[in-house]
Amino acid sequence: MSANLLKESGPREVFCGLTSIVWLHRRMPDAFFLVVGSRTCAHLIQSAAGVMIFAEPRFGTAILSERDLAGLADAQEELDRVARELLQRRPEIRTLFLVGSCPSEVIKLDLARAAERLNEELGGRVQVVNYSGSGIETTFTQGEDGALAALVPMLPTSDEKQLLLVGTLANAVEDRLITLFQRMGIATVRSLPPRQSTELPPVGEGTRVLLCQPFLGDTARRLRDRGATILAAPYPLGAEGSRLWMEAAAQAWGVDPTTVSDILDPLMQRAKQALEPHRRRLAGQRIFLLPESQLEIPLARFLHRECGMELVEVGTPYLNRELMQAELDLLPDGTRVMEGQHVEQQLDRVRDSRPDLVVCGMGLANPLEAEGIATKWSIELVFSPIHGIDQAGELAELFSRPLQRHQLLHPTAP
Amino acid sequence: MDLTLWTYEGPPHVGAMRIAASMEGVHYVLHAPQGDTYADLLFTMIERRGRRPPVTYTTFQARDLGGDTAELVKRHVREAVERFRPDALLVGESCTAELIQDQPGALAAGMGLDLPIVSLELPAYSKKENWGAAETLYQLVRGLLLHNAAAQSPGAANPGPQAWKEQQRRPRVNLMGPSLLGFRCRDDVHEIRGLLEDHGIDVQVVLPMGASVADVMRLPDADANICLYPEIAEPCCSWLERNYGIPFTRTVPIGIGATTQFLQELHALLGMEPPDPEEGRQRSRLPWYSDSVDSTYLTGKRVFIFGDGSHVLAAARIARQELGFQVVGLGTYSREMARPVRTLAKELGLEALISDDYLAVEAAMAEAAPELVLGTQMERHSAKRLGIPCAVISTPMHVQDVPARYSPQMGWEGANVIFDTWVHPLMMGLEEHLIGMFRHDFEFVDGHQSHLGHLGGLQAGQMTAEISADSEEQSTAAHSLTLQWTADGEAELKKIPFFVRGKVRRNTEAYARESGRKEINSETLYDAKAHFSA
Repeated sequence: MSANLLKESGPREVFCGLTSIVWLHRRMPDAFFLVVGSRTCAHLIQSAAGVMIFAEPRFGTAILSERDLAGLADAQEELDRVARELLQRRPEIRTLFLVGSCPSEVIKLDLARAAERLNEELGGRVQVVNYSGSGIETTFTQGEDGALAALVPMLPTSDEKQLLLVGTLANAVEDRLITLFQRMGIATVRSLPPRQSTELPPVGEGTRVLLCQPFLGDTARRLRDRGATILAAPYPLGAEGSRLWMEAAAQAWGVDPTTVSDILDPLMQRAKQALEPHRRRLAGQRIFLLPESQLEIPLARFLHRECGMELVEVGTPYLNRELMQAELDLLPDGTRVMEGQHVEQQLDRVRDSRPDLVVCGMGLANPLEAEGIATKWSIELVFSPIHGIDQAGELAELFSRPLQRHQLLHPTAP
Repeated sequence: MDLTLWTYEGPPHVGAMRIAASMEGVHYVLHAPQGDTYADLLFTMIERRGRRPPVTYTTFQARDLGGDTAELVKRHVREAVERFRPDALLVGESCTAELIQDQPGALAAGMGLDLPIVSLELPAYSKKENWGAAETLYQLVRGLLLHNAAAQSPGAANPGPQAWKEQQRRPRVNLMGPSLLGFRCRDDVHEIRGLLEDHGIDVQVVLPMGASVADVMRLPDADANICLYPEIAEPCCSWLERNYGIPFTRTVPIGIGATTQFLQELHALLGMEPPDPEEGRQRSRLPWYSDSVDSTYLTGKRVFIFGDGSHVLAAARIARQELGFQVVGLGTYSREMARPVRTLAKELGLEALISDDYLAVEAAMAEAAPELVLGTQMERHSAKRLGIPCAVISTPMHVQDVPARYSPQMGWEGANVIFDTWVHPLMMGLEEHLIGMFRHDFEFVDGHQSHLGHLGGLQAGQMTAEISADSEEQSTAAHSLTLQWTADGEAELKKIPFFVRGKVRRNTEAYARESGRKEINSETLYDAKAHFSA
């Protein structure tokens, strides 16, 4: 591995982990996410998701008031009251996530105890779990890591041999990947998170885990603690990454390599064809990725190796070297990988290097566009079906689209 | 602890950001945890701005809490001043920083920086966004003008609102309150500026939208202040009145009547000849559109109104006096505006709903069973649940309410926009008649609105019908023991046009209870109808 690993600290422009609620509430529609925090937390989630109109909200905030802070009200009793009120209004909820925030963590409100107590009181009708989505502890997609890690202790135990796909996948992608694994002879394939919060997959000695997402450090650790084996592989982004990822499972199941080739070669051929028009647009273009989701390193690997892009800088909010090793090995020599952020200095570097495309958050995208720098806003990558060999074309398109748009709207510009 | 599914306002520091981002040359250092930068999106995505808000966040993380967070604040203040070279600096905290109590304002003031620094005290656990914006604007104006007070002696030299006559110039006013993330402020300013121009009145400073620190210094040179958005600008206008003797207008010019009254008020303040009371009729299309026979079916449409104080007061007046609706529910989340909203509600024979509890608003809406909801982005959720047409009249809003096209709410053109926007969600007249006549169509089914262009057909109609039936069941569950609808009663009820059915059901049940009946059949329904129309 010879990427150039750097670190930087200073002002950061990232989401907190609460944002993960925006996609998790759709993956598990029978769950409710109750943030315990301030009006800021409530405002964050509704600013992100409130453009959709909900007949039945799937998330809410228990807003701390001065009485709670002054200790005039017993915070634990208050929380029980709010949870009861909520469950009365929404009797169909099966799993209630109590989500910690910066305020609840700074005042050290014990949500784990609250979850335990509510579980007792509700007697199995609703399962209550807790995790932290606070900005002081989690960045963006780490919220999903927290939510899934919180589910791990609830998983039933079974030593049955199974492949467990961990990390949120789009439904169609999930179905497709399962079909492919079954073609290889891997009969039992399950997912975490499931589509219904009550249909939790079992875990145990026979479980082999493929991480679908790179930001699941805590979840992986807890699964390992319950006997599962985490298969080392790059992440299933792009044709190459997806193939290596699937091969890791095939190897663990002892699938004959020619069988694997018979199944995957035609897919690879098709992916190459699908990638071609995007590759033509992207090859030789210089890309700068700002830290946001921890997807940056796998994306950079895909964009470089399969689309021919040049990597100016690859930012990541957090670098778990163990989980990222297979990815780092595939990056070209000397790639500038920056963990952490000083957003002002990083923007200076963006401006100085004049990249052709910048992957960044929405707080920076329009301002950079106004400076004449093409951007791809990064949050879309967690809302799009990008995993698997068949999706390589779609993934590349997410990056070629802004460039194509620039060309369409400004045909004379270089 | 309050269960909040949707919040009508953000925290107060978002209000402060709105002031800083609306102005030029004002920078805001905000002590806040990593992640609170989400608020940048409000400006870059919802307001679609092409530059970053002038805010430096300290973005502390858990590991910083063990260290010196005060030093962190000072470092960010220093970097922000060096990098952005602002003319004035706001320093404040977000809700989490308020718990750590680093006193960032005092820290910044003690750093020996050579620029005006305004320290913001915004209690995040008791106050909200609009309060934060109003307080920030007030503190900023006060701070800057006092900073400059040595050069001028405030108040003493002010010649009064009619000095323009002696000085032989046109009268000039400040437009106070328009800000980013306000409701249609961009176009309201344009509309009011044009309106004043037509009356020979100059606009001196627009604050905070587009104003610089130098502009703030010129505020006292105006003959009067126009308080366009009292939620944001009233404390500031009051202070300027007390300290510089500058009077300000109280009427918010939304609607034909209010705009006319606003012009009269301003002309009187400035000692000008009163304006032509017929101007609105000549300059806006709303009066004629509303008079024209196509609008007759709007008469008595039951409307529920909720939003911030100013927009709600304005909407109620337009609904009653300019569109001929019947206001069946009125409320606001602006506690500062509770009194005028209560007074108006009383006039209408209603109990005002003063609440920031989304569930309470939804319950009141269900109870009033209106045919149209005029509310905020939040009311669109409840209206969807209850299957009621809805138009947005106030913040909170989302990206679709910062449109590219010219769309003021104020002045004559604002009234045109309002007419179109409010009438659009209602079922068009002909369709309403035909659905009342023939119930067995395969395409134009109950609750269907073909002009809104959705698929229609059975599914759309049934879904909304079921949702509202469900919520009805819940709300009447308490009485279900004593009241029984017969099959023939239910069938008769189904014949009532979709949007008034909720109200008819309620009325009939109330009538049945009053008259001691246990069973409701078709005759009871007709009895109730006669009873309530009598």
